[in-house]
Amino acid sequence: MSDSHHEESYWRKYIFSTDHKTIGIQYGITALLFLFFGFSLMMVMRWQLAFPDQAVPVIGGLIQWLAELNGFASIGNLPSDLYNVFGAMHGTIMIFLGVVPLVVGAFGNYIVPLQIGAPDMAFPKLNMTSYWVYFIGGVIMLVSFFLPGGAANSGWTSYPPLSVIATTGQTFWLLGMVFLITSSLLGSINIIVTIIQLRAPGLTWMRLPFFVWAQFVTSFLLVLAFPPLEAAGFLQLMDRVFDTSFFLPSGLVVGGEALDVSGGGSPLLWQHLFWFLAHPEVYVLILPGMGVIAEIIANNTRKPIWGYKSLVYSVVFLGFMSFIVWAHHMFMTGMGQGMSIFFQTTTMIISVPSVIILSCFMLSLWGGSIRFNTPMLFALGWIPMFGIGGLTGLPLGLSTLDIHLHDTYYVIGHFHYVVAPGTIFAIFAGIYYWFPKMTGKMLDETLGKIHFFFSFIFMNGIFWPMLIQGMAGVSRRLADGGESYAHAQGTLHLNEFMSYSAWLLAIAQIPFIINLIRTLLRKKAAEPDPNPWRATTIEWTDTTSPPMGHGNFEKVPTVYRGPYEYSVPGDSTDFTPQTSKLIKDR
Amino acid sequence: MEIPYNVQVREDTGLYNSKLGIWLFLASEVMLFGGLFSAYILLRTGAPVWPPIGEHGSIMHILKETIPHATFNTVVLIASSVTMVMAWVSLKMKDLRKFRIYLGTTLLCALVFLIVKYFEYSHKIHEGFVPSHDTYMALYFTLTGLHVLHIIGGMIVLGYFFGPGIKMWDNEPERFTNRIEIVGLYWHFVDLVWIFLFPILYLLN
Repeated sequence: MSDSHHEESYWRKYIFSTDHKTIGIQYGITALLFLFFGFSLMMVMRWQLAFPDQAVPVIGGLIQWLAELNGFASIGNLPSDLYNVFGAMHGTIMIFLGVVPLVVGAFGNYIVPLQIGAPDMAFPKLNMTSYWVYFIGGVIMLVSFFLPGGAANSGWTSYPPLSVIATTGQTFWLLGMVFLITSSLLGSINIIVTIIQLRAPGLTWMRLPFFVWAQFVTSFLLVLAFPPLEAAGFLQLMDRVFDTSFFLPSGLVVGGEALDVSGGGSPLLWQHLFWFLAHPEVYVLILPGMGVIAEIIANNTRKPIWGYKSLVYSVVFLGFMSFIVWAHHMFMTGMGQGMSIFFQTTTMIISVPSVIILSCFMLSLWGGSIRFNTPMLFALGWIPMFGIGGLTGLPLGLSTLDIHLHDTYYVIGHFHYVVAPGTIFAIFAGIYYWFPKMTGKMLDETLGKIHFFFSFIFMNGIFWPMLIQGMAGVSRRLADGGESYAHAQGTLHLNEFMSYSAWLLAIAQIPFIINLIRTLLRKKAAEPDPNPWRATTIEWTDTTSPPMGHGNFEKVPTVYRGPYEYSVPGDSTDFTPQTSKLIKDR
Repeated sequence: MEIPYNVQVREDTGLYNSKLGIWLFLASEVMLFGGLFSAYILLRTGAPVWPPIGEHGSIMHILKETIPHATFNTVVLIASSVTMVMAWVSLKMKDLRKFRIYLGTTLLCALVFLIVKYFEYSHKIHEGFVPSHDTYMALYFTLTGLHVLHIIGGMIVLGYFFGPGIKMWDNEPERFTNRIEIVGLYWHFVDLVWIFLFPILYLLN
């Protein structure tokens, strides 16, 4: 390899690296930290929901300090203004700084070039830039917590007119979003070009692992759906900084006084532009997760994934459909019956490919000799959890039912089932599965199983009661958990249970953290097993042994077969690598 | 291992990497301006009169005066696109001297465009037609402002290839030609955006 005869400096190697593997890990670590931070915000909010207006234990002093810095009165409790900040930033951080960078920035970056037999991403410098642009976006978001009035407080959806008249934190939110969007754009362009241009010889489209397909469709969603939000962000920035009225209607009265703007704008315009991104965004969150699950299920059932072609066609169709369902978030805005019927119909149609994908995964289990290791447990846990998330979405897609369910905890329960035990289980599964590829060391199975079972229980403990509260009519974004809200009285007792579940979920992550640290500190075997899961795809069978150097492969691999050829009759082993030419040769 | 198809074309796709990259980038740009154009449509269809009448009355009389300037700018920008292609063709014909002349002309056209734009802006602002005056002015400044930012961005890249970037020609002429091709594609796109902006902001009122 060309790099063997010159030592790279520490900075080039670890900080400003252009190697997709290092960048992937940078993304992974940063995003996991943000994920933890976003979760911490929620843990404080859950205290306020369970025990309204009581001082937060342990970190009460910190909360009081932050509240007073922002200009809110606090005796160590979470004041409702700060609750709004935490709520808006929990959503923003989890989605844009946590999950998307993890599934696309970390997994996409690290795994895609390895799975298609490429030495790196197509544009290594652009790759590095996209990470650092993401990093700057994250810093802007964090800094905004210390502004007067706090960080953004208009919800992660930033609906105007509220967001236009909100405190300075919202301007930082918009600037941060411009950076995050730019970063996602650069990253996803890179992934698409890499997949189209750098596939190894013989790796035709129908021989791509499903994970690569999922990343491919996801990247297209990012390239095409994010720019309208960037446009909307510019417009809102204009409204806030140059007093324009893109989103402000005429005759707006705030606090008893007429707002001094020209008016003539439309708050609905923001909602359309926002959801044009934010609905495809849902699929950005879940599709890479589906890709991870497919890899793990095929590998651990030791048989080909059921319906590979159906999976591929479904994921492409899903990607396409996700662009024409956005207004089902807006049934209650008075946009009109005709619009509602159109978007209700497309929403029902988009559930079909999702069901096909889920069915394929379940049918794949049939007749397999399943290995119940940690990645597989997370994958198996993912199936019903994503199923609940998907099925609870159907009632929300019907405009009449939405009259009751709109903006209740039911919505919160629904999308958290998709994203939390859905995507985040897939992320955990992926970390356990590919960790030996990254480090040459296996994570501990016992700790992994403890991590899985407790996470599984407590995730449900948090989100299931939300569905019950929501059906009772409890509105979301109530800073006191519904204590002063007539509809909430019957289900108020669930708040404490959900909050304890959330804190216990945090404790359930301790085995995972111990596992990561302990395994990283452990000495590596002299010759680590390059393919501990006995997998067929290129990243396991043909890369240089871990840790891989620059370039990934000694020579360009040639692919002769599909990605999931497990238990092929006549072969001596139960897995036939994509790069093995003839079965009898082995 | 080197990253393949950096300069050479991949046979089954018929593309080199950065050409595909720039097309994807332009696709995202189409969506960006598409979002802004749909904002224009929604706000315009929702307005009782267009352009709306604000504190300083209607912009119409000033707008009529500036149509010749904007037409001149349209011609300048189209000319710059033509010289951009000529610059690329000159490289294909291995004529670095001509390349310099054409690229320089492109840069000059861009500069002329910006100067005209500057006078247009200051005239409007001077008369009190600032972005907050009404939704037409808000759209006018946002759309043309974003377009100007694209022009400036393009000028920085073109300026780099006119100046220090040209050294690549000595060692990797093919790669340099590719670079000019993709920055050219970007330049044509920026030109195209103006072709849409010109009628919707100046003519169709």
